[in-house]
Amino acid sequence: MSDAMTLDPRLPDGPLSTAWQRTRDNLPLISPSNRRHLRILVVGSGLAGASAAASLAEQGYPVTLITYHDSPRRAHSVAAQGGINAAKNYANDGDSVERLFRDTVKGGDFRAREAGCHRLAEISGAIIDQCVAQGVPFAREYGGTLATRSFGGTLVSRTFYARGQTGQQLLYGAVQALLRQVALGRVTLLPRRDMVELITVDGVARGVVCRHLLSGELEAHTANAVLLASGGYANVYFLSTNAVKSNASALWRAHRKGACFANPCFTQIHPTCIPSGDAHQSKLTLMSESLRNDGRVWLPALPGDSRPPEAIPEAERDYFLERQYPTYGNMVPRDVASRRARELCLRGRGVGPGGRSVYLDLADAIRREGTAVIEARYGNLLQMYERITGEDPRATPLRIYPAPHYTMGGLWVDYHLMSTIPGLFVLGEANFSEHGANRLGASALMQALADGTFIAPATVPAWLAGAPQPEVGVEHPACLEALAAAAARLRALLAPAGRGRGALPVDGFHRELGLLMIGACGISRSGPGLRQALTEVETLRQRFAEEGGVTDPAAGGAGGGLNGELEKALRLVDFFGLADLMLRDALAREESCGAHFREEHQTPEGEPRRDDARFRHIAAWEHAGDAPPRRHVEPLTYTALPPAARSYR
Amino acid sequence: MPTPLTLTFKIWRQIRPDAPGGLDTHRLEGLSPDLSLLEALDVLNERLIARGERPITFDHDCREGICGACGFLVNGQAHGPAAETTVCQLYLRQFRDGQVLVLEPWRARAFPVQQDLMVDRSAFDRILQAGGYCSVNTGSAPEANSLLVSREAAASAFDAATCIGCGACVASCPNASASLFVAAKLAHLGQLPQGQPERRQRANALQEQMAREGFGHCGNHLECEAACPKGISADWISWMRRERWAG
Repeated sequence: MSDAMTLDPRLPDGPLSTAWQRTRDNLPLISPSNRRHLRILVVGSGLAGASAAASLAEQGYPVTLITYHDSPRRAHSVAAQGGINAAKNYANDGDSVERLFRDTVKGGDFRAREAGCHRLAEISGAIIDQCVAQGVPFAREYGGTLATRSFGGTLVSRTFYARGQTGQQLLYGAVQALLRQVALGRVTLLPRRDMVELITVDGVARGVVCRHLLSGELEAHTANAVLLASGGYANVYFLSTNAVKSNASALWRAHRKGACFANPCFTQIHPTCIPSGDAHQSKLTLMSESLRNDGRVWLPALPGDSRPPEAIPEAERDYFLERQYPTYGNMVPRDVASRRARELCLRGRGVGPGGRSVYLDLADAIRREGTAVIEARYGNLLQMYERITGEDPRATPLRIYPAPHYTMGGLWVDYHLMSTIPGLFVLGEANFSEHGANRLGASALMQALADGTFIAPATVPAWLAGAPQPEVGVEHPACLEALAAAAARLRALLAPAGRGRGALPVDGFHRELGLLMIGACGISRSGPGLRQALTEVETLRQRFAEEGGVTDPAAGGAGGGLNGELEKALRLVDFFGLADLMLRDALAREESCGAHFREEHQTPEGEPRRDDARFRHIAAWEHAGDAPPRRHVEPLTYTALPPAARSYR
Repeated sequence: MPTPLTLTFKIWRQIRPDAPGGLDTHRLEGLSPDLSLLEALDVLNERLIARGERPITFDHDCREGICGACGFLVNGQAHGPAAETTVCQLYLRQFRDGQVLVLEPWRARAFPVQQDLMVDRSAFDRILQAGGYCSVNTGSAPEANSLLVSREAAASAFDAATCIGCGACVASCPNASASLFVAAKLAHLGQLPQGQPERRQRANALQEQMAREGFGHCGNHLECEAACPKGISADWISWMRRERWAG
């Protein structure tokens, strides 16, 4: 462990409750006439990227936005179901900024910065105001005011929602604001591009190289600041609830250029997903957690009991969450529910194909309230389940299994959302954020919009107002160098190196990587398992380098034109690097906290054991070329509430 | 284990927008009925790659029916035979053993084919740029509860706002009209108080842009409603007509 590098989080002094206001009051400003000369480049068009691009363009900065989608509306924020938290206290149930702040710190198991969490809670109310003004059709009460619901076990009702499609509606609001700026000529929208390299000049981020996915051309785009809002990296597991093209390439390219990667092993597994079945299954679909409000989770008490669920009498069923957690029962937090399900399945108690699922049974709720009520409450979900599995969840229990869903880790950023590369800002799920070791339900949308709508639009101009920057055009040596590096990577993947190279689909390697990672670095991790996986990932990476690669029959091997396999290969190479770093991070963090469960660190009852004396810090990894990455530490201090252990027994 | 299926695929192959295209035939045996149609195409692509042939290009991403990226014609039907279902949520158990599936891209002048089953739908974004938003800058929003919206209005606006921009309405319309797409956006914003200041102007601007992009007019054929994966009602098209000409 080396600490040659000092991480300066630029945290504000003084009382937390006024810290963000005081910070903003002292940020330098830029005159309106000068803003038009300062270009800002945004990678990603989800909630964070679209809202940042629109908000900065509204201030008068020219913005370039790059997305791999054909339209910004397709970014994966669109798939968020549950809702968005805000401390409005509309329910008059005792909620406040202070409470949302404390819930976020506690939910993150004391591995996030107090100042950041407090700011998030402060901003949350203004986010709802902004979204409503954009025309987001939130659910309403009879009197016309906004409706809220309680979500993920919180004691207050602070989650705003638009049926089960909150992410979609919020994204459309942000994208519409973005398209308005496109129409005004302030945002240049560059769809169907993958970022393949970061351009730095004298160590400062000044642009990106991207690959045009239709023409295959490499393009350099320069700017005075670069914002990465490219989402999380749960697809390192291959099967996850993420969209199949969600990737970590923008993050990984920036990391290799000097951006530290923080807490990569903090990944969230969602307990209620439709399990995997066929070997060619391409993704896992999330079923809203709200189902656990009415569903009872169980497994046959006898291992290997192959009777259909209806034929198993009550006495021979094990409602294991209710048995193990009499107080919370089926409502225990995500990580606890996931871990208990996995343990039993590993012991051969699981049901369904490969024994990789547990039952979530609505029968009691249907008996109690009637099919019509349950149908009204969960109609869309039940239809979705039926469509995917061909089974009727009203007649037979749903089968569910945990799946990778969200990544709390990400590029390290300071209080201003700037990474360790000056001029490179990271927003939304892409940064390591305020969620610590575990994210609360309905907080992802809040954080993405806080970063994009309010924080970056204040801190990015402050950076631009600082040191004057040299002109950098696409002819600058740094651009040419980055273009050459990207071209070399493409050639290496396209070159017909050995016999049969390119005949193996990239997905096959990715699927293998995913199986390795979910086994060793998923719900549960152990020292020996992680060490073995490090070797196996390296072996797989070498095998891909030798046998993998991509042919291009369309362009005679020249790499031009549309090439889906090449897109996959570029992403997979970056996932290999990230997988290695996740394993190292999980190995180094000798404690259990939040979603990170180390088998060596548990109580006799099987509950996680956090180690505040040794690990109350953020781990930020620095890329070191061919040498192993260096782990740096940013200590965490808690003044508002003392670190306490979670208990759900 | 469910009984495996054998299916014959006839798939449109076209290398470039300006190149001629045609149907290629592929027979796949031993397919699990639990596979989605796109996963069956993944299987086919893996075989093509192993043979050194160019895989089939099709747009897709979330594979849970919400991003709107996927979409092609299955035996002439946009998104295939299942109601209110995107093609990524179409499972092979929908089909009979031995069935022939003809897969073609959306056909519309405003949606040029890029490659195989992938088309260019950027015309939709240009329509929205013409005014498919509420002009409100960050920071200038009033307190959220200062705008009261009845449950009915919010629910009705939401129903229209669920449009995922997939283009099935255009592909299924004999006139390749984008009327359902445009009407859905107008109905989303036009029913909410936030959308009132620009309501008339928006209704005109979006419909004019639709015409400029080369989409046709509505002929009351209503196939769009049947094809829409989000079940958006074609009644909004009548609503849109009134929006434009009234007042």
